[in-house]
Amino acid sequence: MNFYDTLFYFFAIITLVSAGIVVFSRNIIYSAFSLLFTFFGVAGIYVLLNADFIAVSQLLIYVGGILVLLLFGVMLTNKVVNVEMKTGTLQTFPASILVAVTAGALCAVFYVTDWKIVSSVADVPNTANILGEMFMTTYILPFEVISIVLLVALVGAALIARKETPIKN
Amino acid sequence: MEQPLKDLLSNDVLAYVIMAFIPLLWIVPYALFAVWLERKVSAHMQDRLGPMRVGGWHGWAQTIADILKLVQKEDIVPSAADKKLHFLSPWVVFIGSYAAFAAIPFSSAYVGSNINLGLFYVIAVSTLVVVGILMAGWSSNNKWSLFGAMRSAAQIVSYEIPTALALLAVVMIAGTLNLQEINQQQTGWFWHWYIFKKFPFVFVAFIIYFVASLAETNRTPFDLPEAESELVAGYHTEYSGMKFALFFLAEYANMFAVSAIGATLFLGGWNSPFGDFLGGPIWGVFWFLSKGMFFVVVQMWLRWTLPRLRVDQLMYVSWKVLTPWAFVCILGVGFWMMM
Repeated sequence: MNFYDTLFYFFAIITLVSAGIVVFSRNIIYSAFSLLFTFFGVAGIYVLLNADFIAVSQLLIYVGGILVLLLFGVMLTNKVVNVEMKTGTLQTFPASILVAVTAGALCAVFYVTDWKIVSSVADVPNTANILGEMFMTTYILPFEVISIVLLVALVGAALIARKETPIKN
Repeated sequence: MEQPLKDLLSNDVLAYVIMAFIPLLWIVPYALFAVWLERKVSAHMQDRLGPMRVGGWHGWAQTIADILKLVQKEDIVPSAADKKLHFLSPWVVFIGSYAAFAAIPFSSAYVGSNINLGLFYVIAVSTLVVVGILMAGWSSNNKWSLFGAMRSAAQIVSYEIPTALALLAVVMIAGTLNLQEINQQQTGWFWHWYIFKKFPFVFVAFIIYFVASLAETNRTPFDLPEAESELVAGYHTEYSGMKFALFFLAEYANMFAVSAIGATLFLGGWNSPFGDFLGGPIWGVFWFLSKGMFFVVVQMWLRWTLPRLRVDQLMYVSWKVLTPWAFVCILGVGFWMMM
């Protein structure tokens, strides 16, 4: 087992153990915080796959954005407003059917797909430049559509968050 | 420095470990010095003397004595605190601020990891600090800690936007995110530095970056998260001993990290201001650290000059002043480059 393999197993164990805590923990705060380690482990695996841009974006968007938002949500409802958060098991039977079907579908996809196995990924010198050029040439339409969707979401969020109270004279 | 080290040790892993520890050799003595300096700067600005006794000359050994005291102190954990998260959060905060140093070039010969996405990585990895602060605030089970953490997180998340946009103006000119390459492009006399390029757009971007970086490190006038008159000490109210020292170390490491990034992108990093005068890798360390320390001193100077902002003023500055002007800088640089 060389250095690369050791690192892979290190990140894989971090991801799996913390993902397990996210799912099985009774305390919703522990679930939220252990997501940090899941995202970290996944980012590490992306780095090992030479996908450095995706790894850093993963950290920036999921840890910096989504996880902080999630923590704010959990903390504000749990501690400030004193709402009891429920983490229990209900609807066991339908849930287990759904889980079995999803897991089966995923396994089927995993085994049926003809994976392209490359023994060593060519070292891409500058992923950010290549991605930027592709966004501005080949994929300009999806890129712009996503930008507009995000802008609309931003305006919508501001509109919902801001309660306009009519001024009475 | 990476290759000679590998040849010398004939063990790649050991070489990487040594490379990773080098910034710590600077950060720990720097933090001790900076705490003393902060007390001296504040004292002299208020017409006092500050620490004068320990060690003889102007109390130079005061922080060394303080850290020895902190190491020996009992580690007090509140009985209602969440033990695991209370233990973990100082480490997450310190890892977040130390990880940023991996991509910052200290000299033409030393950069922890010469990655192409250097700047992007630094911005992304410093978000770990936010999670650590929220962890500290929540696990302490104390209303001041919680409100301090909330304020801090909201502030850092908001001010990340003008920071990143202001840095983007330089990235557009440089055409790369690699901090070592950005440094190499600024070699020569000081008018080759990016702060003087595309005047005044990059200059304004630098001002925006500096103001936003004050907020990112929770320094005055943006120190609402630690507003001692209303929140005791913010998110680290319930921390004592070594854990408190880790928060302190992370705060001072952060102050230097934002100063170093500003110096690297706008002020030539390890380049000498006078062409080849005192150039080379060894003097490069000197120039880099002096530029960084200069901004650390400016941060201290501002702390003891300006009053604290209100929460609404804080958000106003971020969203209605800094962000629009950062966009103006980006547009200005963009049009200039197309012409």
